[in-house]
Amino acid sequence: MIPNETPITPELVAEHGLKPDEYQRILDLIGREPTVTELGIFSAMWNEHCSYKSSKIWLKTLPTKGPQVVCGPGENAGIVDIGDGQVCVFKMESHNHPSFIEPYQGAATGVGGILRDVFTMGARPVAAMNALRFGDPEHPRTRHLVRGVVAGIGGYGNSFGVPTVGGEVEFHESYNGNILVNAFAAGIADKDAIFYAKATGVGKPIVYLGSKTGRDGIHGATMASAEFGEDAEEKRPTVQVGDPFSEKLLLEACLELMAADAVIAIQDMGAAGLTCSAVEMGAKGDLGVTLDLEHVPCREDAMSAYEMMLSESQERMLMVLKPEREDVARAIFEKWGLDFAVVGETTDTRRFLIRQHGGVMADLPIKELGDEAPEYDRPFMRTDPPAPLAASDVPQPDDYNDALLKIVGAPNMCSRRWVWEQYDHLVMGNTIQRPGGDAAVIRVDEDKLKGLAFCVDVTPRYCRADPFEGGKQAVAEVWRNLTAVGAEPLAITDNLNFGNPERPDIMGQFVGCIEGIGEACRQLDFPVVSGNVSLYNETNGEAILPTPAIAGVGLLTDIDRAATIQFKTGGETLVLIGGQGTHLGQSTYLRECLDREDGAPPPVDLERERANGDFVRQAIRSGTVTACHDMSDGGLAVTLAEMAMAGGIGAVIDMAISPDLHARLFGEDQGRYVISVAAENSDDMLADAARNGIAAEVIGETGGPALRIGSVISVSVETLRHAHESWFPGYMATPD
Amino acid sequence: MKSAIVLFPGTNRERDMAATLKRVTGKAPEIVWHGETRLPEVDLIVLPGGFSYGDYLRCGAIAANSPIMPDVIARANAGTFVLGVCNGFQMLTETGLLPGALMRNANLQFVCRDVHLKVENTQTPFTSAYEPGQVIRVPVAHGDGNYFADEKTLDALEDSGRVVLRYCDEKGALTQTANPNGSQRNIAGILNEAGNVLGLMPHPEDMTDARLGGTDGLGLFESIAAAA
Repeated sequence: MIPNETPITPELVAEHGLKPDEYQRILDLIGREPTVTELGIFSAMWNEHCSYKSSKIWLKTLPTKGPQVVCGPGENAGIVDIGDGQVCVFKMESHNHPSFIEPYQGAATGVGGILRDVFTMGARPVAAMNALRFGDPEHPRTRHLVRGVVAGIGGYGNSFGVPTVGGEVEFHESYNGNILVNAFAAGIADKDAIFYAKATGVGKPIVYLGSKTGRDGIHGATMASAEFGEDAEEKRPTVQVGDPFSEKLLLEACLELMAADAVIAIQDMGAAGLTCSAVEMGAKGDLGVTLDLEHVPCREDAMSAYEMMLSESQERMLMVLKPEREDVARAIFEKWGLDFAVVGETTDTRRFLIRQHGGVMADLPIKELGDEAPEYDRPFMRTDPPAPLAASDVPQPDDYNDALLKIVGAPNMCSRRWVWEQYDHLVMGNTIQRPGGDAAVIRVDEDKLKGLAFCVDVTPRYCRADPFEGGKQAVAEVWRNLTAVGAEPLAITDNLNFGNPERPDIMGQFVGCIEGIGEACRQLDFPVVSGNVSLYNETNGEAILPTPAIAGVGLLTDIDRAATIQFKTGGETLVLIGGQGTHLGQSTYLRECLDREDGAPPPVDLERERANGDFVRQAIRSGTVTACHDMSDGGLAVTLAEMAMAGGIGAVIDMAISPDLHARLFGEDQGRYVISVAAENSDDMLADAARNGIAAEVIGETGGPALRIGSVISVSVETLRHAHESWFPGYMATPD
Repeated sequence: MKSAIVLFPGTNRERDMAATLKRVTGKAPEIVWHGETRLPEVDLIVLPGGFSYGDYLRCGAIAANSPIMPDVIARANAGTFVLGVCNGFQMLTETGLLPGALMRNANLQFVCRDVHLKVENTQTPFTSAYEPGQVIRVPVAHGDGNYFADEKTLDALEDSGRVVLRYCDEKGALTQTANPNGSQRNIAGILNEAGNVLGLMPHPEDMTDARLGGTDGLGLFESIAAAA
């Protein structure tokens, strides 16, 4: 236990992650030495994770508005209009550091946190996804981390009862000491029943809801704002423990409470728990908050103010209640067996006042806690643009069959079935397109044709080679994946994972990626409505690849007109949209077949991207497209192989031998799709494309048991499937 | 047909079940809170899937001691149809309405995927709409679906035609690889002695709509509706 009278030494200040000049700022702000509880509160509010002090000035440059946007960044989650008086509430957030230390609980509580962000706003969560990045498969820790993280995500989401419908899993040695676990959740609410964090009214009761407070997770957010050293293991006590059962009860109780017209403002207790949630509600409403800590439900004895204010115990909420509805609210929480305690009230003082046992433990100006947090314009050094790599400087494979099989069976390209079969992707009975396609699709209501599409993407090796193009590409690929199922892309949430921003080269990656993301979002009318920044992803000075994961939401007006990737039948015409492949820099072919990661990533022409995508979406919606797959990692050959494997039907592709055949088959040029159409519709399709100035050409037809491309590839669908499905289960079954 | 779904804290597949029941019977089921002690007059009581009480202690064990359970047992003994799906099947074995137990999946992992089931007995109120030996495709989603009973119990179940559904491959062969959880004798669903209580691990309620991937699960609900 840490008493409030603990003397404040420079060492204690440093242990709280505050720099000497930041501490001076505190002294100037309050005009006296802080108590230890106050120091803890400042440390919680001013760490990188909560204050965005290194990233804020750049985040402000991102486009966040559009006719579809109901609520942009700054609340628990972003909100877009999906018509019929309904909205989709969504966000993605990282839980990287805790998941490296304790993979099961770290990942589980990451899922729990993001679900709470969504239902705090009054939305019932309807879909979850995740973006996972692990170290080299051969690294001794990787298998253990994969097993734990996947089990943790499943353990939490399955029990809570939200379908986990999509995601990505990637391996790269840069994540050996610092894995990435980014969790996404989306919910649906009525537009006129959204709940915000802003408190209104003086003297209103502040109510604590959910699980009890313990000593777990103290300083979790501070840990997440520092690099790892050799002592990462010793940080295990800062990881929280999740209880999806309590979260499920909290969800049902909160939604019932909101429907009962009892809530003025509500905020979940996430990072820095009671501190962040209380300050947020007060500061947003221009009010003060007084908390009496002896009323806080605790699961351990003799917790100090310091511990209570910094605990990150899970499954808790703070709410400003309509006083006249207290009895109704209490009855709802008692029905669900959850704690309900009035712990304070709103005031007109704009002070954050913490009392315990008759004493004042903290008394701070509430607005300044957030508004006066340090903000840094950190020096940055842009990444030198890489030399482009001409296809003629890349050798062709000796055997194209071997090359294709190697790529579809590679750790980063093979089927993720081992992962997503451990996630309940069907619960709620609305999953229209399951994991494994370009984007997952759910229907909004059982009796409506409206659907939502979700996907998450980024290509970190592109971002390292050229942060600007890589940032652009991540947004464009998400937009393309949503388009490929026939959805209208609405908005994105971003999860920006980078190394130490105090290093100019890392800051340069961050700035470049943000600029690229912003550019693509503007050109594609695809605003950012929520997000999260995770910096200091380094261990012993080794930074991860720059990884700005982008998750997107799209709207389908008619789920019966959604496209899927699998070939449906033989004899259909295959049309390539967007031109032949030319670009092998940073390609999967280069990495998997030649063990190289060099050259420039494929540039994204956002005008072409948009034109091609709008054409494809229109074609899907008109009903003429029988299958559609966007082209990304691995290029045309892999796209065709995936469509064949999904449908169990082969294809015959015309392709002449040429010096750039490898670029045609494996080039990762952007803005491209393969679609199938009934043979009798292909002429109309091509004519329509020509009228719209879209590059479209017939490349072959579906059918037969094998994928045949020119004279160089002839491999049965069964052989492809075997290569594609084997690696993951085999790897996980290998003893450590 | 009138039906009721019992809702426990942690239940999460009641929506899927309610949607299917409404589609098949034309009437929305009544939702009964576990803290009640009396069920309404219905033809079918459903114990749905989910993680009642967070699966703490043992899956279904705490739910089996819920205030509503004595009435569920009494109705079952009086002949009302009772359907336990997934967590509901676990509750039925915990209450003793069905024999055996559901253990952790043999590979220790949660599994969510479509499986094939062979309908072994169509002379039941739950399966009369299927053809004998018919192979249907429905999903599973569970971590504890590994059916276990002693040999004598298993033999008795088989001899009396109470093994109603078994995991099989798409051609109907009862193979090891078609068994998603290690269940003895590939058992996916069993009936009580009186024939009015069925427990199964797979989710037929999630395969009753072509938009969601198929309608093979419909037959089970149509059978009950016809029998009620």
